[in-house]
Amino acid sequence: MAHAIFFYIFSAIAIISAIMVTASKNTVHSVFFLILDFISISCLFIMIGAEFLGMIMLIVYVGAVAVLFLFVVMMLNVAQQKNQWFLSTQSSGHIPVGLIISTIIFFELIIVIGGWKYKPELLEKINPEIIENVSNTHSLGQILYTDYIHIFQISGMILLVAMIGAIVLTFRQRDGVKRQSYIKQISRERSEGVQVLDVKSNEGVSVDD
Amino acid sequence: MEYFNTIFQEFYKILFLLVPVLVSVAMIVWLDRRVWAFVQKRQGPNVVGPFGLLQSLADALKYIFKEMIIPASSNKVIFILAPIVTMTLALIAWAVIPFGETQVLADINVGILYLFAVSSLSVYGIIMGGWASNSKYPFLGAIRSAAQMVSYEVSIGIIIINVLLCVGSLNLSDIVLAQQDLWFIIPLLPMFVIFFISALAETNRPPFDLPEAEAELVAGYQTEYSGMMYAMFWLGEYANILLMCALGSILFLGGWLSPIDLYPFNIIPGALWLIFKIIFLFILFALVKAIVPRYRYDQLMRLGWKIFLPLSLTWVVLTASYLFYFNLLPTN
Repeated sequence: MAHAIFFYIFSAIAIISAIMVTASKNTVHSVFFLILDFISISCLFIMIGAEFLGMIMLIVYVGAVAVLFLFVVMMLNVAQQKNQWFLSTQSSGHIPVGLIISTIIFFELIIVIGGWKYKPELLEKINPEIIENVSNTHSLGQILYTDYIHIFQISGMILLVAMIGAIVLTFRQRDGVKRQSYIKQISRERSEGVQVLDVKSNEGVSVDD
Repeated sequence: MEYFNTIFQEFYKILFLLVPVLVSVAMIVWLDRRVWAFVQKRQGPNVVGPFGLLQSLADALKYIFKEMIIPASSNKVIFILAPIVTMTLALIAWAVIPFGETQVLADINVGILYLFAVSSLSVYGIIMGGWASNSKYPFLGAIRSAAQMVSYEVSIGIIIINVLLCVGSLNLSDIVLAQQDLWFIIPLLPMFVIFFISALAETNRPPFDLPEAEAELVAGYQTEYSGMMYAMFWLGEYANILLMCALGSILFLGGWLSPIDLYPFNIIPGALWLIFKIIFLFILFALVKAIVPRYRYDQLMRLGWKIFLPLSLTWVVLTASYLFYFNLLPTN
């Protein structure tokens, strides 16, 4: 009973906040609704017993990805451009494209769920047995690091390549940048920093800085 | 009826956890100021109550009766929401802290991940406050703190992986019980040092209190806050610091375990040992605040990404290879 009530509360929050992501006028509000959506989805994960996935969702998406989203949205100052989704006539050209994409996703979901429904043996082939009394962290680890180790490693490599690519694309050597090497700063001695000169009157000295 | 009974019982348990936590947050503020004063040869708060113990209560009363000012150009909903989020996140994390073998509110399988998730969420209170104030100094403070907390979370996460390699479980009680023979501070001492420094940065404590550097940013993200909302930021911050001390004592100092399993020590209840360890770590936090000057922002980022991250990653490889080579990897 209580389980069902909580399920409906969390899924209602998830759906409403997902709608508000696109419908809210302020872009920063959209990101906050996105965060709310992530949190309620991770609550749903925890409710079906996948506590590891739920927590990872919180840590990765809410704790890191959404922070960067907020960062970008705040820095770009898009908050001033009001979202005119429902009002303006020019932006309605995007609606058919969005509709097509969402119908494709909808039918894909139907195909997947239909596969489970009408071919239950498909599901059995994927997970041969469900072991009781093993926490899902353990069972995830046992599958991820044995059967799927290569896929797991390859996905890690892809992420690494993407990261290096992003750094290479944005990195440029700039001229005239004074870099501070604090090993140099600490290891400075008095003899290098201070110069004692005899200054004759009316002549002065030239000291290179 | 039975359902309501359970809810009632849980409610009582939560109340008996939260009230001591809030009171100890007030006490810890007093302790912080006393330690700070002691280092600088001052008296510190010593007027209200015995030894000035009631100073925090007097401060809280003052904040309650002050006017809450909401700036006209601020984003009002988010402005009010920000201190609430900070406070709530600082308090819900205490649900999984074990004070004894059975004295824990929620003994969940992924306790350490829960703590990590909650502490990584606490950046939102600061960002929301800084953005909603709609003013330059709070915004700069919020941006700084977001970058700082995201960077240091990475190293804290990898340090936690070090401990988990030795334990083989994500449950906090299991982590404490795995230290019955040897506290993890002994084999993982460099990790404890890095954890301590990262915890300072994660909770915006000096010398990493750049989000509220008063010389540059007035008060950072708290500039526009006043009255009870400011007090809530303040309470949430100290509750977070206490939480980090609790996490450090659970991960490295053996949680509720007594240092020696001998007669006069093991009759002291475990909860008291945990509190001793938390206070010990907090005094270290307070001493650092009094002794060390503030970091520059680029040095802070450098320390996080170029020193702590490679060091802790290397240590993960070392720990894993050591455990694998000597066949010590925990299996269950």
